[in-house]
Amino acid sequence: MAIETQPERAQGAGGGQPLGSSAPRPWWRRPAIHTAILGAVIGYLLGHQLGDWLTGATGSPSQYPNIALSDSEDWPIVLGYLLAVVGWLAGLGVFNSIVGQMLGRPNHINGNGLPAHETSGLARYFRYSLDHKVVGIQYLVGMIIYFCTAGLFAMAIRTELLSPVNHVFSSQVYIELVGEHGTMMMMLMSSVILGPFGNYLVPLMIGSKRVAFPRVEALSFWLTPMAFLILLSGLMLGGFPFGWTGYAPLSIQSTVGADSYAFAFGLMGVSIVLAGFNIIVTVICYRAPGMRWSRLPAFVWAMMTTAFLMVLAAPVLVGGMYMLLMDRTAQTAFFEDQLGGSSYLYENLFWFFGHPEVYILALPGFGIVSEIIPVMCRKPLFAYKVMAAGMVGVGLLSFFVWQHHLFDSGINPDMRPLFMLTTELISIPTGFIYLVALGTFWKAKIRFTVPMLFALGMYFNFLIGGVSGVFLSDVPADTTEHGSFFVMAHFHYTIMGGLIFAFMAGLYYWLPKMMGVKLNEKLGKWQFWIMFIAFNSTFLPLFAVGDAGQPRRVFEYATNLQGLNDWASISSFVLGFSILLFVINFVYSTVIVRDRETGNPWQSRGLEWQVASPPPAENFDQIPVVLSGPYEYGVKDAPPVADLHPPAGVLSAAIGQSAAVRAEA
Amino acid sequence: MAASVAEDAQGSGQAGPNHGLRIFLIWLPVAVIADWLLWFVYGPHMPPGQMSNSAASQQFDVKVMSVLAAPVMAFVLVAGAYSLIVWRHREGDDEDGPAIFGNVRIQTTWITVTAVIVLFLAGFGTYELAWPGFAGAGGGEGPAPIWKPDGKPLEVQVIAQQWRFTYRYPQFGGFETSDLVLPIGQPIQFNVTSLDVIHSFWAYQLGVKADANPGVNNVAYTTARQTGSITVRCAELCGLWHGAMFDYGKVVSVGTFQSWAHQTETQLAAVTKILPPYATTYDPTVVPQINKAMAKAGIGGANGYYYPPNDPVQP
Repeated sequence: MAIETQPERAQGAGGGQPLGSSAPRPWWRRPAIHTAILGAVIGYLLGHQLGDWLTGATGSPSQYPNIALSDSEDWPIVLGYLLAVVGWLAGLGVFNSIVGQMLGRPNHINGNGLPAHETSGLARYFRYSLDHKVVGIQYLVGMIIYFCTAGLFAMAIRTELLSPVNHVFSSQVYIELVGEHGTMMMMLMSSVILGPFGNYLVPLMIGSKRVAFPRVEALSFWLTPMAFLILLSGLMLGGFPFGWTGYAPLSIQSTVGADSYAFAFGLMGVSIVLAGFNIIVTVICYRAPGMRWSRLPAFVWAMMTTAFLMVLAAPVLVGGMYMLLMDRTAQTAFFEDQLGGSSYLYENLFWFFGHPEVYILALPGFGIVSEIIPVMCRKPLFAYKVMAAGMVGVGLLSFFVWQHHLFDSGINPDMRPLFMLTTELISIPTGFIYLVALGTFWKAKIRFTVPMLFALGMYFNFLIGGVSGVFLSDVPADTTEHGSFFVMAHFHYTIMGGLIFAFMAGLYYWLPKMMGVKLNEKLGKWQFWIMFIAFNSTFLPLFAVGDAGQPRRVFEYATNLQGLNDWASISSFVLGFSILLFVINFVYSTVIVRDRETGNPWQSRGLEWQVASPPPAENFDQIPVVLSGPYEYGVKDAPPVADLHPPAGVLSAAIGQSAAVRAEA
Repeated sequence: MAASVAEDAQGSGQAGPNHGLRIFLIWLPVAVIADWLLWFVYGPHMPPGQMSNSAASQQFDVKVMSVLAAPVMAFVLVAGAYSLIVWRHREGDDEDGPAIFGNVRIQTTWITVTAVIVLFLAGFGTYELAWPGFAGAGGGEGPAPIWKPDGKPLEVQVIAQQWRFTYRYPQFGGFETSDLVLPIGQPIQFNVTSLDVIHSFWAYQLGVKADANPGVNNVAYTTARQTGSITVRCAELCGLWHGAMFDYGKVVSVGTFQSWAHQTETQLAAVTKILPPYATTYDPTVVPQINKAMAKAGIGGANGYYYPPNDPVQP
C-alpha cells in the first residue's frame, strides 16, 4: 500500500472543503426530516414484524412464553416504536458521522461543530444541525406546536366539565383526553425554556462560540418530535386511562395505549438527560475568560440548576417506565402486589422523578424573570448571591420532598412529618425570587414593556401558586386537598402562571436576538392582558372547587359546583383565544411582517446583546474577555460587560495555548 | 421587616418620602382586615367543615395557615404595586436607577422571617397530626398506624374496586354493604383496601382520605361530631368510570346505628356466609370466585356491584 503523503484531514484553514469532496448534494438527497420520516416508517414496520414473530402472531409459535402471555399487540408496538426511533435518527443522519469515522471517511465538520456549507438558509432548520442557534429555533417551534396541541386537549376537558350530568364525551374519550393533555404538557414542557432559550442563549451569555456537545444537543431536540408523535399515536390505540402519573396496577392492566405513554415518556426522559448534560458541561467548561461564577447571568444559573435536576432525576423516570413496560409485556412483577412486587414502588419511583420535574418546570421561569427585571428597571439585580443561592437551594431540596405527593397513600406515617418539614423548607429558597424582585423594583425606573408585563404576571401568579403549595405541604390540610381541584389549581398557577408566562416574557424579550424581528407590541399587550385576566379567572375558582370536594380527573361533580365550573370553562376558552392571539402574533411578526430589530432594543448589558441580532455563525469573532457583571446599571463609570476584540496576547495569556488556537479557528 | 426597610430609606440619606414607612402603613390595615375576615368571618365556614374531629382539625389548620399567608401575600402585593406605581418610568428620563446591589439587613430579615414562618407551620402541622385528639387528622396511615384515638374504635372496612365502594363491618359479623352508616361520637377506624387498582377513599365531610391499594390495609381514623349526610368520592384516577365512582353515606345517632347494624347483619347473614372471610386485604383473584358464588346463589351483580342500589335495609 502506498503511504499517503497528504494527510486526509477534513479541516482546511477557515473551514474550507476537504480535498476531493464534491459540491453539496441537492436538498432532497441530504438527510433531513423527510428521510427521517421515511426511516421512522421503515423502522416501525420492521419492529412490528419482529414483535409479531416474538409473540407468535406470525403463525409459528412463540419461543418466549412470558412474552406470549402479554397482550398480543404489546411487543409489536413497543418494538415498532423502538425501531421507529432508530430509523428516525438514522434518516436524520445522526449516525452518519459515527459510522463515517468508523469507516475512515473525512468528517465534514469544522472546528466549531458546523458543517462548512450550512450557515444560512431555511433548510438547515429541518436537518440535524449542529449549530446551537439552529437547535434553539427548532426547539422553539416544536415547543409552541406541542403546547398548542396539549392546550387543545385542555379545551376539550373544560368543555366536558361544563355540565355535571350532560356529557359531551364518552368516559373512554374523556379519560384519553385527560391523559394526553397532562402527559403531553408535563413531558414536553420540561424543556420548554431550556430547549429554545437555554440552548440558544447560554453560549452567547457565557462568551462561547459553541456548546460542549453539539451532537448531543441536536439529538435531544430530535427525540422530542418522536416522543410527541408516539404519545399522540396512543389515541389511535385507545389511549391510556391513568393520567400522566401512570400509577401501577392500572397502568399494567391497561390496553396497548399505555405502551405509547410509557415509551414516549421514557424517550423524553432520555432527551431531558441529554439536554441537561450538555448545558452543564458547556457552562462549566466553555465560559470566556473573566466570566466568573459571580458574573454569571441569573438565567444561566437557572439553566445550570435545571440541568442538574434533569440529569439526576430523569434517569429514574426512564428506569420506572422501563420497569412498567416489562411488567406489562414480559410478566415481570415489579409493581404487582400479589406476585411479590408493590404498587408503592412505582409511586415512589415516579415521584422521585416527579418532584424534581416540577422544579425543572419552575426554575427556568425564575431565571427568565430575574434576567428581565434588571433590564426593565435599569437597576442591578438585587441580592444576586441570594438569587443564586435560592436556585441552588431549590434544586438541592427538590430531591428531598417527593413523598408529599404520597401523604395519604399509606406510606410509613413517620415519614410524613419529615416530608412536611422538607417541603415547608423548600419554600424558603423559593421565596428568594420575591426578595430579589422587590429589591430590584425599589427606587427603580420601571418600563412596562411586554416582557416586563409578562414577568410581572409571572410574579403575581407564582405568588398564588407558591402559597397554595404551602397549604398543600401541611399534612392535615392535604388530607382534604390532595387529589382535588385544589392541587390542580396549585400546579396550573405555578406551571402555567409561572413557567408559561415566563416563556412569553422570554420570547418577547429575546426574539429580536434570535430572529432579528420584533413581535408586534400592540398585539403583545392585548395578548398579555387577555391571557392574564382569563388565566386568573379560569384557575382561581378552581381552588374553591377543590376545597368543596371535587376530585381531579372526573366528569361528574356536585351540581352546586356547576356555576364555578362553568365560569372556569368559559374563562378557559378566552384563555385559549389569547394563546391563539399569540400564535397569530408569532406567525405575523416572523413570517409576514418582518419588522427588523437588529440592535439592542432593550439596552441590555447582557453579553448576548453585544453581538449582532441574529448572531453571526460563530457567535463571536473572537472569544471575548468579560470585564464586569451584566447587572451594573446605574454604576458610574461601569466598565463595559466585555471586550469583544481583546488585543492579541490577552487571550493566549488568559487561557493558554490550545485555547488560543481554538479561538483563531 | 418593613420597619428595617423604613430605616434603610432614611439611612441612605435621601431627603425623599419614607417609602418603607408608607408601604408599611398601607400593608398594616390590609393585613389586619384580611386576617380578621379570614379568622372570624370565613373561618367557621372553611373547608372541610366541622362534622368530625379530623375535619375540624383540618379546618383549624387551614385557618391558621390562611392567617399567616394573607399578610405575606399582602406584603408582596402592596410593596409590588407601590413600586410599580411610584417608580414607573417617566417619559424623557433616560437615566439608570440607583446602583443598589443588595442590603444585608433586608436580606437577613427576609430569610429569617420566612424561615420562622415555615418552620412554625411545619411544627404546627406535626402537632395537629400527632396530638391524640386528632389521631392523624383523617389521613391514611398505612397498615401500622402510629396516631390512634383513645378507646375502642368501630371498625369499618372500605373495599374499593372498579368502580364502587363497599363497606364491611367486622364487628357485626363481617357483612358487606354498599351503605355507609356511621355512629356519632365513637372513634371510627377505616381499613381501606382495594381489589384491583389504586383508588382513594375520600369522605369529604369527615375529612378522611386514604388511598386504597391492592393487598394493603390503609388505616385512617376519625370521630364524627355531627349527624348528617356525607359524600364519598374516589380521589385517585382508577380507570374509565373514576368520574362516576362516588357514594353517599350518613352519620346517625348511636342507637340508630346499632339497630341498623344488627338488622343488616341478620338480613345479609346468608350472603355473608359465601363471601370470603373478613380480612384486612383480599387477593383480587378471589373476586371471580365471588361472582360465581353470587350467580349461583341467585344474587345479582356485575363487575363491582355486589348489591343492587336498593339495599335490603334502609336505616
